[in-house]
Amino acid sequence: MTAPLLEVRNLTKQFGSGRTLATAVSDVSFDLAEGGALGIVGESGSGKTTTARMVMGLERPTSGTITYRGEDRTAPPRSAREWKRRGREIQIVFQDPYTSLDRRQTVGDCLAEVVRLHFPADREAVRARVEELAQLVGLDDRQLRALPRALSGGQRQRVAIARALAAEPRVLILDEAVSALDVSIQAQILNLLTDIRAEQGISFLFISHDLAVIRQICDDTIVMRFGEVVEQGPTERVLDAPEQAYTQLLRDSVPQDGWDPLAGPARF
Amino acid sequence: MTATHRSTDAPLLSVEDLSVELRVGEEMRTVLKQVSFSIEAGQTVGLVGESGSGKSMTVRAISRLLPEGAQTSGRIGFDGLDVLDLRGEALRKYRASDVAMIFQDARAHTNPVRRIGDFLTESMILNGKIGRKKAEQTATELLEAVGIHDAARRLKQHPHELSGGLLQRVMIASAVAARPRLILADEPTTALDVTTQAEVMAILKRMQQEYGMAMLFITHDLELAGAVCDDTVVLYAGEVVEQQQAKRLHHDPLHPYTAALVQARPDINQRADRLPSVPGHPTTAYEAPAGCAFAPRCRLAQERCRETKPELVAIGDHGESRCVRAVELRGTLLMSGTTPLTADTEEAAL
Repeated sequence: MTAPLLEVRNLTKQFGSGRTLATAVSDVSFDLAEGGALGIVGESGSGKTTTARMVMGLERPTSGTITYRGEDRTAPPRSAREWKRRGREIQIVFQDPYTSLDRRQTVGDCLAEVVRLHFPADREAVRARVEELAQLVGLDDRQLRALPRALSGGQRQRVAIARALAAEPRVLILDEAVSALDVSIQAQILNLLTDIRAEQGISFLFISHDLAVIRQICDDTIVMRFGEVVEQGPTERVLDAPEQAYTQLLRDSVPQDGWDPLAGPARF
Repeated sequence: MTATHRSTDAPLLSVEDLSVELRVGEEMRTVLKQVSFSIEAGQTVGLVGESGSGKSMTVRAISRLLPEGAQTSGRIGFDGLDVLDLRGEALRKYRASDVAMIFQDARAHTNPVRRIGDFLTESMILNGKIGRKKAEQTATELLEAVGIHDAARRLKQHPHELSGGLLQRVMIASAVAARPRLILADEPTTALDVTTQAEVMAILKRMQQEYGMAMLFITHDLELAGAVCDDTVVLYAGEVVEQQQAKRLHHDPLHPYTAALVQARPDINQRADRLPSVPGHPTTAYEAPAGCAFAPRCRLAQERCRETKPELVAIGDHGESRCVRAVELRGTLLMSGTTPLTADTEEAAL
């Protein structure tokens, strides 16, 4: 058994102070294995995005530790150089493919910029790497020359994934990355993520409110509520035999065959 | 839509050959092509489809809220009224008391600087010609009916003080206030958490039953549509491609597009090796090719699908499908063993 790639211990984040003190994340611990896929599921305000932001180095934890390959990564980077180094460890893909790309930059330039930043090389080598990335996520030459506005939501999300992979990270955080996509496109992107994980051995921290999507992608799952971990374990166990009432409630709230909203637990 | 609720009376709402074109710059773009369906009194009909399919435009046409310069043809009948011809006072009355809308984003459809109480009582005072006091009393009762306990306090609050789920309940209360006969609900729970969605759907269904309202329920979520609707109409590229009983949608889809959507959706009960995804991306009516609009993405498409425009044909006695192969493929659309899936061809069609 090798040490986990990412170890999060007793992570807590509080905002404000005194009467306005709010605890967004409280005592969260988990391991992400090399090549593993860990799901964080929860509703709005459960602290899943704040957790991801701390792992990314975008927020400073109030307490707790984050360790990457045995090295401390609890505090956000303090220099551009350290940001760059961390960028080759962890990258993130956001939910909204419409606001997370520069609208004045072609897709090819966007990818080339990241490649050059992390792996300086001559034009030919950069171009070859951009083509490799485009092929990996299923973008063609025409799309590489296009501006984001000419692309569909699914194509933009492919660009966002390629841009994240350009830094050759070992951990990819996907924060509701397929939630805004049409069903038929969502399936394409989920398959793409499965392929990338298999080919590149990259680890996923996959944040979603959608239990079916979590099941499709994640080996292990954490259920969060009000900033705390309610339940964690192998995805199958958590979803098929939930130990906590809240996990069961989440499951029962998902519409499926025979689901009747009027038969649900009376909460009003 | 007469499949489940056949009656001798005319339906409450009937949409007949509705086509809509929108002005984009100098040109007119088709967004709906000869859409027909009907809703009986008290019935829930689901309108299902992906982006650009024309779901919201259908609702906007019914509520007469199409953008300026839009051209419509066909007919929308509402209990004897010719909706597309309504003008002035008749149109105002139709919008005020016959149909009500619930939108996806409650926050964008409430005035942030006015109190919840004003939002709820404004139309009551204007349309119901009742006094402020009586209106506030009614508003309190409405909020209690949608499961808001501290109604009196909520009436004095502003929208930003309410969570998304609470605000959507206020929207529902506002929509049912005038006891409309038809509710147009455009993705009313899409922005909500799953447990909140379940609560809001329960409230919506209960109000609908209590007041005997019909509902046109728009969603991209097939599972939700299957669970809360009586009948479903599936739209693709501005056309109806399938309509049938909602409960059969998952087990016996009649059009390859519906089947593809059912299969592409991950299953909460088991992980698939690969999701049978649909290659390419959804098209709008404006971009749709000649022949079947779905043919470029359909794993079952043949030469004739690309050449001829398919008609909506009756399948058995409970539904219709706009597919030239619908009869021959009936019952096999969800089988994956006998026909190759498209899992590995997705890049090819991009």
